[in-house]
Amino acid sequence: MFNRFTPRIMPGFGLSLGYTIFYLSLIVLIPFSALFTKTFSASWAHIWESISEPRVLASYKLSFGVSFLAALVNGFFGLITAWVLARYEFPGRRFVDALVDLPFALPTAVAGIALTALYSTNGPIGSFLFEHFNLRVAYTPLGIFVALTFIGLPFVVRTLQPVILDLHADVEEAAACLGATRWQTFTRIILPALLPALGTGIMLAFGRAVGEYGSVVFIAGNLPLKTEITPLLIITKLEQFDYSGAAAIGLAMLLASFVILLLVNLIQWWNDKRTAHDREEN
Amino acid sequence: MGVQIRNITKTFNKFVALKNVTLDVQPGELLALLGPSGSGKTTLLRIVAGLEFADPGHGQILFHGEDVTYHSAYKRRAGFVFQHYALFQHMNIFENVAFGLRVRPRKLRPTEDEIRDRVFTLLKRVQLEQLAKRFPSQLSGGQRQRIALARALAIEPRVLLLDEPFGALDAKVRKELRRWLRQFHEETHLTTLFVTHDQEEAFELADRVAILSEGNIQQIGCPKEIVQHPTNTFVHDFLGLDI
Repeated sequence: MFNRFTPRIMPGFGLSLGYTIFYLSLIVLIPFSALFTKTFSASWAHIWESISEPRVLASYKLSFGVSFLAALVNGFFGLITAWVLARYEFPGRRFVDALVDLPFALPTAVAGIALTALYSTNGPIGSFLFEHFNLRVAYTPLGIFVALTFIGLPFVVRTLQPVILDLHADVEEAAACLGATRWQTFTRIILPALLPALGTGIMLAFGRAVGEYGSVVFIAGNLPLKTEITPLLIITKLEQFDYSGAAAIGLAMLLASFVILLLVNLIQWWNDKRTAHDREEN
Repeated sequence: MGVQIRNITKTFNKFVALKNVTLDVQPGELLALLGPSGSGKTTLLRIVAGLEFADPGHGQILFHGEDVTYHSAYKRRAGFVFQHYALFQHMNIFENVAFGLRVRPRKLRPTEDEIRDRVFTLLKRVQLEQLAKRFPSQLSGGQRQRIALARALAIEPRVLLLDEPFGALDAKVRKELRRWLRQFHEETHLTTLFVTHDQEEAFELADRVAILSEGNIQQIGCPKEIVQHPTNTFVHDFLGLDI
């Protein structure tokens, strides 16, 4: 593979690989290694204390739990949105399509402030929910959930849309001719084809939600042990000049995300391998 | 009774694809719809399958006497074979063929053993039972099309509809499958409508051929009759006959 005398159809393998490694090092690996160095410049006791105090533990639960829920909800509604945008022609479709990107484009702080204004108990939606359902949204985990759902939606929609557009109409027609109802066609033919992309979209939304700071801090209320997200605690540590403590929490989050992503990939890999094994059997 | 197509008209926006088409397919007959692209032959086949609907208020489709004009595709029990196979990529060959049985309402669904028997009978019939556990992507074009046919036959269709089934295959395989399909038809005598733009294919395979152009049937008859007595200049020119 690395034999430089092997003739190739596509030239420039060495150059482009070198560039890729250089670029990744510059953009990704150097900051990562700085995170490691900073963390381990402190004593083990301090690191352990930083990542295991009750406030921080509560924030892990909140950050990962709510992010996961928000990503799942986005998976469901994102699938419907992507389906409608890809499959139906209706007036204003392009406008709705552009709306999906708004959470990408909007500065997160603006989104956070807007959501807080809407959902606080004297805001237009918040006051309605509070009066009729006795439901507080802003300054509760529910508010965090709303913000994380908002920022995660485009990830699911944009991963699914091209895959839905790529489905062949004749496969669905074949299912119909064989006696399948629309619902059976959807669950047995369409959904299995979309599952890998749906999984990717949900993971992207989850990853984004775990790291989200700007839109959440305004609506969360930041009550210790209740509505503090982990990125907020990192900022808090920094403000107290506890740089290694901040780095330690950052590293803990990074490792947790890494493990989760690894697990998901392992499941997908296992699943691929299982079907591939079926294929080889004969 | 077979399939009766009565006064079918189909308009797309302002383009008239079919103009008041009437056609009877005799029971047990293999009828080829032959015509250049854009002649409306595929549209007609799709209307018979229920994948498209004729202009409302115009005409009727009857399967063995039953009016199915307004039935959705999934209620018609018409076996349809597509030009590009349209197999389910994520299912193995066995599950592809079993699909039509598995989606039946619970009361009509065969047991697992019955499904197994039926699928293997069909796979034997298309001479591919050794491929049951393979996936569509591992098969050649000719094999895929035979699986698509087995899948369509699994639901015991009232009519078999073939839309340029050999159009994506190379010449040698096409000839083999043509002969094979003819032999298959001799054994089953399933009422069959076959769309093609290849006249050699139509004349070699079909009991009768209907020649379509611009949404009208120009001539219908057995191959010999058409070649010997083309009724108009279009048929004459389309077939490339001398004089």
